[in-house]
Amino acid sequence: MSDSAETQRQTAAVDSESIEDPLLEVDGLRKQFGGVVAVDGASFAVGEGSLTGLIGPNGAGKSTTFNLITGIHEPTGGRVTFDGQEITGLPPYTLANRGLVRTFQIARELSDMTVLENVMLAPDDQVGESAIRSVLPGLRDDVIADEEAVRDRAWETLDFFEIDHLAHENAGNLSGGQRKLLEMARVLMTDPEMVLLDEPLAGVNPTLEEKLLERIHELRREQGLTFLLVEHDMDVIMNNCEHIIVMHQGSVLAEGDAEAIKSDERVLEAYLGGEV
Amino acid sequence: MSAADAVRDRLDELPDIGLVAGFLAGIWAIMLVLALAVGGTAWPNLAAGFIGSVTVLIGGYAILALALNLQWGYTGLFNIGVAGFMAVGAYTTAILTAPTDPAAGAVAGLGLPLWVGLLGGMLMAAVIGGLAALPALRLKADYLAIVTVAFSEVIRLTVNWSGLAEFSLFGRTLGTGGATGISFESANDVAGSLVNGVGAPVAAAFQSVGVSAPNLANLTYGLMLMAVVGASYWVFARLTNSPFGRVLKAIREDETVTQSLGKDTRLFKIKTFMIGCALMGLAGVLFRGQAGYISPSQFRPTITFYVFAALIIGGSGSNTGSILGAATFSGLLFYLPARIGENVPLGTRAPSNIVEAVAALGSLDPFPLVAYTVGNVSTLRFVLIGVVLIYIIQNQPEGLLGHRNEPAASVDLDRSRADIGGESDE
Repeated sequence: MSDSAETQRQTAAVDSESIEDPLLEVDGLRKQFGGVVAVDGASFAVGEGSLTGLIGPNGAGKSTTFNLITGIHEPTGGRVTFDGQEITGLPPYTLANRGLVRTFQIARELSDMTVLENVMLAPDDQVGESAIRSVLPGLRDDVIADEEAVRDRAWETLDFFEIDHLAHENAGNLSGGQRKLLEMARVLMTDPEMVLLDEPLAGVNPTLEEKLLERIHELRREQGLTFLLVEHDMDVIMNNCEHIIVMHQGSVLAEGDAEAIKSDERVLEAYLGGEV
Repeated sequence: MSAADAVRDRLDELPDIGLVAGFLAGIWAIMLVLALAVGGTAWPNLAAGFIGSVTVLIGGYAILALALNLQWGYTGLFNIGVAGFMAVGAYTTAILTAPTDPAAGAVAGLGLPLWVGLLGGMLMAAVIGGLAALPALRLKADYLAIVTVAFSEVIRLTVNWSGLAEFSLFGRTLGTGGATGISFESANDVAGSLVNGVGAPVAAAFQSVGVSAPNLANLTYGLMLMAVVGASYWVFARLTNSPFGRVLKAIREDETVTQSLGKDTRLFKIKTFMIGCALMGLAGVLFRGQAGYISPSQFRPTITFYVFAALIIGGSGSNTGSILGAATFSGLLFYLPARIGENVPLGTRAPSNIVEAVAALGSLDPFPLVAYTVGNVSTLRFVLIGVVLIYIIQNQPEGLLGHRNEPAASVDLDRSRADIGGESDE
């Protein structure tokens, strides 16, 4: 077991070096919660402008990896590099301001705020986030000009995701699928370079799923955004992602395109329960 | 129910300033009616006394509720140390403004003008608030609550401590006065000098119908407090209807998400804590120290819970609701029942205890119970406050105005298309 696991890890490491122009690089990432090792030396890279899929059976460490990359948990070991700079352990707001943002597995809308408020919250460095500027009469003019721009962009984003009719609704009143759209809209308002999507399609009906995927492809094409996608639906991953990373028991089991993953014995074993 | 909804819809259409003014006018009218009913020929003086006192109470609670609303209603910071931050502000002002040559037995201060004292008090409350926030803001809501309430008791016990009652610093003698308290230039005297100075002709008119000078000064002071409430409201409305306020609401809803969207939430929380505490400090001196005297017993934790009650009644998360809640709590639930109890004659059939009062119900005589209730209303009003709170939490947990959708933004949020017209609301 340990021999074969070692070989697998090496294979994976070799594969990840084949990514050209990586935007995000994860190297030997490790996280221990008490005696449980949730992520155990995961290494992979995500190419700039790519749509990369991250899959693996339940408990493989995908969500923890997301949390480690985005600064929600601090890694026990390993390095994360984004855009050529080390970002290991930086707090989430710093990462968001550098262009690395995420959505959550269970949509976390700000339920007592309207959809428009949710979306308008997101842009970085809004002038009116300064308490003094929003109060003092002379300075407030700048705040208002900035607010108008943010509002107009918010409406455009809501239009893009076709939830503009819900703009003044409290986010807590939205359906599950609408919440997923809202999360995407909100994250885009931060003007990101790379978006980590944690199961954006879970609990979403097929029509909406189609719509969401279309948006993701459009954003890649037109704005050059990079996406890392965790998803359980194999068809979605196989049909949309040009590069797929398979995690198992906290580390990377295999990497490659859809064909390579489909024919990989170890992946089949991990999913169908071979040796554990 | 539908009638109540209709009333509510009407109220929703009023501009906020009209809503608050109407509410206050209603409370004043009730006080006037009470004075007319029980005052006989002395009613003008009684009315001025009632209205003056209720206005001061409402003003004090409104400032506190606004401050707490920013911390708890908007940001979700569970600060139950309100009394402590009031004490910091009040004591700082007192020490800064107490005369350098005090009367025998009183403690000396720095003798600075009142406005310097007020600014100093707010500043100190903000600084202490910020310091308290540093370790406390890493804590989850319940623990923050425990830390703040402990903090407020530490402050109260510190100013109560005889070791700080009088001491020398850089050759000057000053101190907190310990348990006996400290006297300083009273804000009320400013109202008094207004009444006797600029307002003399108006004052003469009032006095000709029998309103006493102290009552008139009290009424003037109440109106001055209302001006402070108005100014605080103006500042807080701008503060919260802005991207700043939006981040605060987001922190209340989900701090992790807010951080994931690029906001350094700790900074926002510390700022909010400091701003709110500064206003609590101001309220501490203007409200509790109205007569130019404060002592540690005025800053017991009970007042913190009163402010929470006011805010819950008004609707946390709404600035206008904070003021309405303060008025409802302090005017209608706290002040009015006490005055009714004092002034309504009971006759001779009032029983001396609740057992006799209830027993009389057995012979179908409700009067003893009613008389007992009225006679003991000063105590029983707390039962009333409890009942109202329970009712509100069960039936309208958002309070009077919490149901309103008040988006935090400094512009009109409708699309800025020509046919809709996206003018800013400024």
